[in-house]
Amino acid sequence: MIDSVDTAKKNPDTSQPWAELGLKQDEYESIKQILGRRPTSSELAMYSVMWSEHCSYKSSKVHLRQFADKAPKTDALLVGIGENAGVVDIGAGWAVTFKVESHNHPSYVEPYQGAATGVGGIVRDIISMGARPIAVMDPLRFGPADAPDTRRVLPGVVAGIGGYGNCLGLPNIGGELVFDESYAGNPLVNALCIGSMKHEDIHLASAKGVGNLVVLYGARTGGDGIGGVSVLASETFDADGPAKRPSVQVGDPFMEKLLIEATLEVLHAGLVEGIQDLGGAGISCATSELASNGEGGMHVYLDRVPLRDASLSPEEILMSESQERMCAVVTPEKIDKFMALCKKWDVEAVVIGEVTDTGRLVIEWHGEMIVDVPPRSVAHDGPVYERPFHRPSWQDTLQADAPTPERLPRPSTPEGIKQTLMDLIASPNLASKSWVTSQYDRYVMGNTVLAQPEDAGMIRIDEETGLGVAISTDCNSRFAKLDPYAGAQLALVESYRNISVAGAKPLAVTNCLNFGSPEDPEVMWQFSQATTGLADACRELGIPVTGGNVSFYNQTGDTAINPTPVVGVLGVIDDVDRRTPMAWDEDGDLIYILGETFDEFAGSEWAHLQGHLGGLPPKVNFSMERLLSEIMVAASRDGMITAAHDVSDGGVGVAITEMALRANKGARFWIPDNIDPFVFLFSESTARAIAVIARTEELRFTEMCAARGMSATRFGVVDSGLGADSGYPGEQVIVVDSLFTFTLEALREANEATLPALFGG
Amino acid sequence: MSARIGVVTFPGSLDDADAARAIRIAGATPVALWHGDANLQNVDAVVLPGGFSYGDYLRCGAIAKFAPVMSLIIEKAQAGLPVLGICNGFQILCESHLLPGALTRNDHQHFICVDQKLQIESNETLWTRDFVPGQQIVIPLKNGEGGYVASEATLDELFSENRVVATYVGNNPNGSYRNIAGISNKAGNVVGLMPHPEHAVEALTGPSTDGIPFFTSVLKSLVGAT
Repeated sequence: MIDSVDTAKKNPDTSQPWAELGLKQDEYESIKQILGRRPTSSELAMYSVMWSEHCSYKSSKVHLRQFADKAPKTDALLVGIGENAGVVDIGAGWAVTFKVESHNHPSYVEPYQGAATGVGGIVRDIISMGARPIAVMDPLRFGPADAPDTRRVLPGVVAGIGGYGNCLGLPNIGGELVFDESYAGNPLVNALCIGSMKHEDIHLASAKGVGNLVVLYGARTGGDGIGGVSVLASETFDADGPAKRPSVQVGDPFMEKLLIEATLEVLHAGLVEGIQDLGGAGISCATSELASNGEGGMHVYLDRVPLRDASLSPEEILMSESQERMCAVVTPEKIDKFMALCKKWDVEAVVIGEVTDTGRLVIEWHGEMIVDVPPRSVAHDGPVYERPFHRPSWQDTLQADAPTPERLPRPSTPEGIKQTLMDLIASPNLASKSWVTSQYDRYVMGNTVLAQPEDAGMIRIDEETGLGVAISTDCNSRFAKLDPYAGAQLALVESYRNISVAGAKPLAVTNCLNFGSPEDPEVMWQFSQATTGLADACRELGIPVTGGNVSFYNQTGDTAINPTPVVGVLGVIDDVDRRTPMAWDEDGDLIYILGETFDEFAGSEWAHLQGHLGGLPPKVNFSMERLLSEIMVAASRDGMITAAHDVSDGGVGVAITEMALRANKGARFWIPDNIDPFVFLFSESTARAIAVIARTEELRFTEMCAARGMSATRFGVVDSGLGADSGYPGEQVIVVDSLFTFTLEALREANEATLPALFGG
Repeated sequence: MSARIGVVTFPGSLDDADAARAIRIAGATPVALWHGDANLQNVDAVVLPGGFSYGDYLRCGAIAKFAPVMSLIIEKAQAGLPVLGICNGFQILCESHLLPGALTRNDHQHFICVDQKLQIESNETLWTRDFVPGQQIVIPLKNGEGGYVASEATLDELFSENRVVATYVGNNPNGSYRNIAGISNKAGNVVGLMPHPEHAVEALTGPSTDGIPFFTSVLKSLVGAT
């Protein structure tokens, strides 16, 4: 029995499963008020998914407004927050769009498919803007590396990202891999995609032009991904329908590849008026958003939707999150050409409706009207909450527990310092990530200029001119736990710095805000602090937030994850040939530390290894970050610099080790005057980078730094011939005067053995 | 007029643009060929690029061999048309029986992407003339099903007839029998390679430019033929 609009009018008192669908009593009441009657079961299904936290941002909206309100003035933003992804002008008629999204819970339940469809979803966001996807990146966070559940989840997540991304032909150019106790029952699988296009190819999600046709194309709709609302399928709506559905979507990367090519071809042929991908909330989301952004009316014949499972109910079809589907608005004159191009790529396409001027979204099912709603009320005018928040009772105690030498004894002997470095580079968070990244294709498309383990991923956009972009994501969630306001800012400045040391100019910011339950006032305080911190920091650095994603409810029982505002920064470089790699090359090149080192260990990798978390995170200094960025970009442009590396996790000691391993060439170092060796090597003070300068450029470089007020201290020299004098003839070694000598082989072994030992060869 | 080298795009081909770029860098003109068109547009040679043709949900390359364009390629290859199959292209050549043996899942079960050292074993093919035997090169390798297998008799024959084009040096990345990275047919016009020379044609984006000679080799043979 179909619950049509007529039925709803006739039987106003039918009891409805609004609570099981996750709606609150007042939300249900307001739906009735909007409609002037009770909703049909299909309408209820639509409102419940569209008003969910995931789709409506009802708890985060009031905080996210700051990103627009505080945004610095910029001409670089062609499309701002609110669309599928922001679009940034990078010059010469080119534009770039990028976005990062979470797929945390599905990846925990079913690691391979959860992670794979995370990649698929973000890629469709990018193509729906009219851009060709050009690279992906995955910030990943898991529980302790040696925890049994991490062994269950991580290999599947990595294989899923690789299996999907490799098959799409998108280079995976970096990301993050972090292990922390707080993610033990709730790993974070975030996926980022970047796409490029010419300005004239930008497309938006809106259904304009009365009489235009609404086309659903791509994969058939199945029962997969009905998600948290699977209760519907089994109990309430249709007793004859299929029972429990798997709640995680299943991906078909081959179909997605065809969808990319077909979509770009119809867009470039000028056949599309508006376009929207189908992700969370499926057809409910696509039709209501397209209608809401356009003329406001749409008539859909839901029984035309091609199905994988003929027994699906209309409610299930509306909510299905089957992957690899898109929705386009096409004029009647162009529909034949559109269909022909879909056929060329073997992509099934069906006209499921048309644009109207009624101001209503009307959906029919075999001649009966099952939905009749104002689309804006579904897509944009959902509930907005001012959730209560307060500073956690434990915050002061946590901040007071600083890792002073008295609280956390520090090694003082050369042996102790040597062992500290060894322990750090072998620790799961700092160990070589190649066990993961070697499962991803970084070469496909032939435009990858830098990829992990470099500070930033860099992609050439224009083969003629060398115009390119760099991208990096970062977040130290321990910093964010100690101080969420500063923690979000620290994530931003690290990402900003990573872009700059590669030689690119930072332009725009995206984010993926992973937090616990918004219904917990302490979590909400963390969220409020982090968003305010990030918005303030973007203003200070002069780069806007172009979009992002919020993931709440990341917690196990009452214990939330560390607040994890992952921040991605996009930069532009005029000629990728000028990029600055992290590996030094020439013997005799001089190694400088830029910026000042303070005694800052709270939340550091060293403290983490000691099992300590307390104190206040490193101080943020925006003017020094900006200056450092300008110097790194100028040094790259003017050919003063041969290599550079950001100093962050694990401090200077880890940074120089990573550079040497990347170069496979040794160097000699000395500890600068007036600083404790342990502090110099392992503190995680911000606004610092290591710069490698040819001797012929030294004067020009140091004069530039002096003139601009940037501290630059020479503390090393590249030297491939140190082995013999250090007792390791024929070997590459790192020597730190009067402290220790390491062969690169020993360091490499320690650095590369960790992940294979944990997760298999 | 420069030589015209076709690059086939199957649904799911991924490295077709890269192969076209490599052909351009080598000094020839790339020509796009479509899987569904039984038309080779009079090209002088053909590259079957890497990727996952038709999704490769069945055995890799097993469906691609039935594509309309392949029936022509198989016919012309048997008559001497130079054909290079890279990765998925190598798989398609084996499935089409232009080359012996098969490619199986990597022995360690993971997809692998590495800068791989190879030794060129034979320069007696149309695609390897610009190398010298014993020359070592580094080019990217990226595959999930790159383990070359064949019967002992076939392996012996490949080596004795100097049809092993390249072998892996150092560690064997995928469990290929006798470290085989690439082979040719008897005539030397059809070559299959698991590693990707088209990703090593620019110092900026590749680990080396060691891939270029594969493409310049075939140009010489084409010039020599006309």
